[in-house]
Amino acid sequence: MINLTIDGKEIQVAKGSMLLDACKIAGADLPTLCYDPELRLAGSCRMCVVEAKGRSNLLAACVTPAENGMVIETESPDVVETRKIILELLLARHKLECHTCESDGICKLQDYCYRYGVKDSRFQGEGPDIYKDDPNPFIERDYNKCIMCTRCVRACEEITGARAINVEDRGHHAVISTAFNGNLADSPCVFCGQCVMVCPVGALTSKVSARKGKSYQVDKVLTTCTYCGTGCTFELNVKDDQIVGVTSVRDENWSPVNRGALCVKGRFGWDFVTSSDRLTTPLIRENGELRPASWDEALDFAAGKIKEIKDKYGSDAMAMFSSARATNEENYLAQKLMRAVIGTNNVDHCARL
Amino acid sequence: MTNSINELQNDATAIFLIGTNTTENHPVIGYKIKSNVRKNGAKLIVADPRRIDLAEMADVYMQFRPGTDVALINGMMNVIISEGLLDKDFIENRTEGFAEVAKVLEKYTPEYVEPITGVPAEDIRKAARIYASAERGSICYAMGLTQHSTGTDNVKSVCNLALLTGNLGKPGTGVNPLRGQNNVQGACDMGALPVSYPAYQQVTNPEVREKFEKAWGVKLSPNNGVTLTAAINKAHHGELKGIFVFGENPMVSDPDLQHVEEALDNLELLIVQDIFLTETAQRADVVFPGVTFAEKEGTFSNTERRVQRVRQAITPRGDARPDWQILCELSNRLGYPMNYSSPEEIFNEMRTVTPSYAGITYERLEGKGLHWPCPTEEHPGTPILHKEKFNRGLGLFHAIEFKEPAELPDEEYPLILSTGRSLFHYHTGTMTRRAEALDTHQPDNEIQVNPVTADKLSVADGETVRVVTRRGSIELKARVTDILEENVIFTFFHFSEAAANRLTNAAALDPVAGIPEYKVCAARIEKI
Ligand code: SF4
Ligand code: SF4
Ligand code: SF4
Repeated sequence: MINLTIDGKEIQVAKGSMLLDACKIAGADLPTLCYDPELRLAGSCRMCVVEAKGRSNLLAACVTPAENGMVIETESPDVVETRKIILELLLARHKLECHTCESDGICKLQDYCYRYGVKDSRFQGEGPDIYKDDPNPFIERDYNKCIMCTRCVRACEEITGARAINVEDRGHHAVISTAFNGNLADSPCVFCGQCVMVCPVGALTSKVSARKGKSYQVDKVLTTCTYCGTGCTFELNVKDDQIVGVTSVRDENWSPVNRGALCVKGRFGWDFVTSSDRLTTPLIRENGELRPASWDEALDFAAGKIKEIKDKYGSDAMAMFSSARATNEENYLAQKLMRAVIGTNNVDHCARL
Repeated sequence: MTNSINELQNDATAIFLIGTNTTENHPVIGYKIKSNVRKNGAKLIVADPRRIDLAEMADVYMQFRPGTDVALINGMMNVIISEGLLDKDFIENRTEGFAEVAKVLEKYTPEYVEPITGVPAEDIRKAARIYASAERGSICYAMGLTQHSTGTDNVKSVCNLALLTGNLGKPGTGVNPLRGQNNVQGACDMGALPVSYPAYQQVTNPEVREKFEKAWGVKLSPNNGVTLTAAINKAHHGELKGIFVFGENPMVSDPDLQHVEEALDNLELLIVQDIFLTETAQRADVVFPGVTFAEKEGTFSNTERRVQRVRQAITPRGDARPDWQILCELSNRLGYPMNYSSPEEIFNEMRTVTPSYAGITYERLEGKGLHWPCPTEEHPGTPILHKEKFNRGLGLFHAIEFKEPAELPDEEYPLILSTGRSLFHYHTGTMTRRAEALDTHQPDNEIQVNPVTADKLSVADGETVRVVTRRGSIELKARVTDILEENVIFTFFHFSEAAANRLTNAAALDPVAGIPEYKVCAARIEKI
């Protein structure tokens, strides 16, 4: 174990721990932009700098191993000044349009500028306009807001394994880009949206959720994906009784299968729920056409017909195709209905199809 | 799955994928496999008639002729035995029937298997060595293995392979079917099967039946019911008079749609309960509007047997009702009262008759969920099956001979047609075709054709062609790609306007599972 002092608190951490972990244990909330607990360390944004007694340089806590006897301050005047400068440098390049930004309220840049009272930037020179429309229907890419934390690149490579995007190194003008600066659809991108999940600002956002509600206007309901059998969990974002988005839960305790990672269907395929094609009333066939009916009418009709068939031909003249998409509870009831009520074992579902 | 999903990322040291295009059909599992290969150096073996994404990073890729799975796996086992790579202790202590299998395998040398499968003998050897000498080898498969007239044989063969090498009952091993739909595992567990009550308790077993008769307070039928595909046939013959279709769309998902159409039109009663007016619902006599996963409470069981909560986020649209309420209402009208106040109450009744779910409660499901079997409320759940012993005691080897698929190419239909899924769509497309972004990205079906074949037929990439089989024909765009061999073509089944199942063969069923041979039928391409 390693003993050290953080903001006056003496703590013990396991050997090999980084200062960032130690600070967390000590209850210090360090700001981070490029750090992501699941991804390779980049140590590039320097927001997490702390002051160590007896050292002339500030240390980036995410990449500095904790050492015995260290005395660390996490919000010293030097530290705060450095963070302000970093934020100002980022602002000089970041297009501020918080009022229309999808990430308003969940943006780390916004949060930290608020925390350190950084209003605008003393570093002149609006960056060049690097916005380029990407016509895919899933992901909006606005690199005028990019702060070059490279989390998207690492998530794409390390979580999804797609390697669709990279840092296009042009020194000071480095940007995130697909090979040959093309559209995502022409790259190995699989539109999983892991890059959107990890982007700390509004540079990568969901087109499907655009203008449907800001983060602080939605309620989140944890549930399980309705598509494939992997069983990913995520949060449905709800506003005014409508689904307006899907967000990841990255805590293993609540997202045990996927830890927030999703595929294109889970992340961007939810709007069928509120499609105008939804059936909203029972229907009965009359003179060859289906017409709207009340629940009583439809249920009585169905029950009457079932009884008729049962009386005339026996229970085994009825069958049910239950649903691999319905819940366990519903499948239990469906087979109980066939077996206990109608009296046949003719119940199956599309396990084989 | 015998094992859990995360073991594929963290524990397996070799992974053998056969008949699963994992990155398209179970994408998140695909990510985990990639990560294990790249970060931990796990070995990867891919067997698939198409050179799928994961084949690119495989240590061995075997592009085999569709339907020759048994020959390929027997070939691998032949190598394992002849090179002494088998797990003798495991075979001795935990299995039976090895001698018979070994005998059948004798003739399946890689040289014998090569001309059948089209896989070079050396690759079969390499694959066998990698899997058999791995510390922890996992086999994953999906419908590519099962949707054959020999589907059951294929599954038994991969089980043989795992038994032979002792790759069962430990982390990172196992025989792992990746199930295609969110709750196909749960639907099976709950007894939505013609031969079993919940937890696979057989309807023909008098003791079991008595238990359910007591629980439900009625006499129950002692006879096995009919499978979905058999039900369609019976409806066609006029023996079956009424079908209640709940959240399924046989008018797109079932083989030979012409036949399905005629069968459904022959019924006296077709009830459909769904969220959209599907192709099937359009033919119904009465339609009940159900709700989506976002509008109800309940549980799903995923492919690794993990039971997880589904939670209501919004109220049902219009007059639609949660599906469980509709089923209760219908039951009440049929004279059997079902008065549950919530899905949780149904779940609690279910677990009294379902031993593998008996220890699961909604409260315990908060957070990580639970893997069944979970027999008591103190039981932690079972991520890995067969640790100490198999359900039947000893693991049983099955001696399996290779059989050709039911419909082979000939002069009139020279190509092998296979069907499957796209990353961007799901099953019959009922949901994804109405998810705007997904349908914008991939609005049309396609037929994938090898460049040489396309050239022979003078078909250009993007050109609309007609694909014809003995059942029917569809028109769709050709996509020229060298991921498949010259005599194989492939299409998706999500698109009702160019429905793959107008082409597929309903007559070719696996004799045990009744699964249709979606992965092989004879076809030809015509220019329009
Ligand atoms: S959507 Fe997924 S694959 Fe595409 S760039 Fe983002 S992380 Fe990579
Ligand atoms: S797009 Fe977002 S995640 Fe990617 S580098 Fe820029 S700010 Fe970071
Ligand atoms: S998010 Fe994708 S991989 Fe996960 S369960 Fe849904 S469909 Fe499957």
